[in-house]
Amino acid sequence: MSELLLDVRGLSKYYGNRIGCAEVNFDLWPGEVMGIVGESGSGKSTLLNCLAGQVEADFGEVFFNTRSEGMKDTFQMSEPERRMLSRTDWAFVHQNARDGLRMNVSAGGNVGERLMAVGSRHYGKIREKAVDWLERVEIHNSRIDDRPKAFSGGMQQRLQIARNLVTGPRLVFMDEPTGGLDVSVQARLLDLIKSLVRELNLSAIIVTHDLAVVRLLADRLMVMKDGYVVESGLTDQVLDDPQHSYTQLLVSSVLQA
Amino acid sequence: MSDYNFAYLDEQTKRMIRRAILKGLAIPGYQVPFASREMPMPYGWGTGGVQVSAATLTPEDTLKVIDQGADDTTNAISIRKFFEKTAKIATTEKTSSASVIQTRHRIPEEQLTEDQILVYQVPIPEPLRFLEPSEIETRKMHALEEYGLMHVKLYEDISRHGAIATSYAYPVKVEDRYVMDPSPIPKFDNPKMEMAAIQLFGAGREQRIYALPPHTKVVSLDFDDFPFEPSKADYSCDLCGSENSYLDEVIVDDEGGRIFVCSDTDFCSSRQSINSELIYE
Repeated sequence: MSELLLDVRGLSKYYGNRIGCAEVNFDLWPGEVMGIVGESGSGKSTLLNCLAGQVEADFGEVFFNTRSEGMKDTFQMSEPERRMLSRTDWAFVHQNARDGLRMNVSAGGNVGERLMAVGSRHYGKIREKAVDWLERVEIHNSRIDDRPKAFSGGMQQRLQIARNLVTGPRLVFMDEPTGGLDVSVQARLLDLIKSLVRELNLSAIIVTHDLAVVRLLADRLMVMKDGYVVESGLTDQVLDDPQHSYTQLLVSSVLQA
Repeated sequence: MSDYNFAYLDEQTKRMIRRAILKGLAIPGYQVPFASREMPMPYGWGTGGVQVSAATLTPEDTLKVIDQGADDTTNAISIRKFFEKTAKIATTEKTSSASVIQTRHRIPEEQLTEDQILVYQVPIPEPLRFLEPSEIETRKMHALEEYGLMHVKLYEDISRHGAIATSYAYPVKVEDRYVMDPSPIPKFDNPKMEMAAIQLFGAGREQRIYALPPHTKVVSLDFDDFPFEPSKADYSCDLCGSENSYLDEVIVDDEGGRIFVCSDTDFCSSRQSINSELIYE
């Protein structure tokens, strides 16, 4: 059995007296996808930002299985170390592709940035890898020199995924990756994410309010309400047999087409 | 008795600027913030360079001021006159007889010595500025040596133009540590920056001073498969015949006539006078 990838213990974040998220405990194994659902303001994005080191948590520990030193508390890491991690082993896919892309740099440059950030200095090889990754996310390589401004919303989101995965991260944080896209584009994107996760044996933490997204992608599920995790378990188990009253409400609120 | 304190600035201000210069020399390529003063000239005319020169000059110094290599342009003349008036120092157009040279956008062709100081006027000291608008973020990137973004700019150049098209203000790495904007000198001049003279950079509006001590290692950034190339117009000077000086293209009539001449006027005129002596002998 492979080793634990991420171990979260007692994570809490307060905004003054208000709770961002509180006493979150979970673990994540390589190749596993964890879904976090809940209504707006339930603390899912706060939790994700704390995990990714973008927001400083107030209490708790997040151990990540680093390549060189094994399990290490990311909150205790120095900033250079954490930033290094966030451009090599971690990836962050924003809900709005504009937050995750450089809009005035071509698609190829966007994909190549992480490569150059970790020391790649051969134009031909960077270009080759960018072409390869654009292909993987179904962007035709004739668009490689176009700026993301010229791309549709779905393409921007796929470009953002390519840009993040090019350095072969082991853990991907996704914040509403399909938000704001129409349903057919959503379906293609979900398909793509699913196959990439399988193919690369990625671990992912996906925050969403869309139960269909977690049903499709997530192995396990956490349901959050008012900053607390109220229920967690295997995705199918939680969705088919919800125990907590809020989860029951959530499941029954889904519109049937 | 002069109405001005020596070199215009008061002594406390010069002291503050000298401290910034010393710090800059101690950490080559690092941008040192300083309390830039209002100068009696507009921003963009070399207020940073003038303040650095004012803090550097002594009464025994001989000053030369060039603008794009030329001693006789408005900017060069006004700054030279400014110091003639406020510091009563000697000035010259000859590169070799100057002890302090203030420059805008060129390095003189003649090799500088360790007795000389070269002061650059810098419009935008931050090489990462157009890629990363946040100053907090760029400072962090310098501190943590995260310079991948600089190569993204060069990548964009190649993908759009087939070669690194950046031809001036070409980013350099100093002593394998700080990435530095060499001010808008043509990239032809970049290799000359490993020189015997002290180089000081002053950005007045942006309130930054940085420096290169003599013989500092300065490497122009590039890709393994697209190496750095210092480039110039592929002609020789029509006035002095020099084949390896940096050239300006000058339009001479309204029928498409053009000539190429050295941008360094002192270099060109000294070569012309040698040439004419040869002819008369």
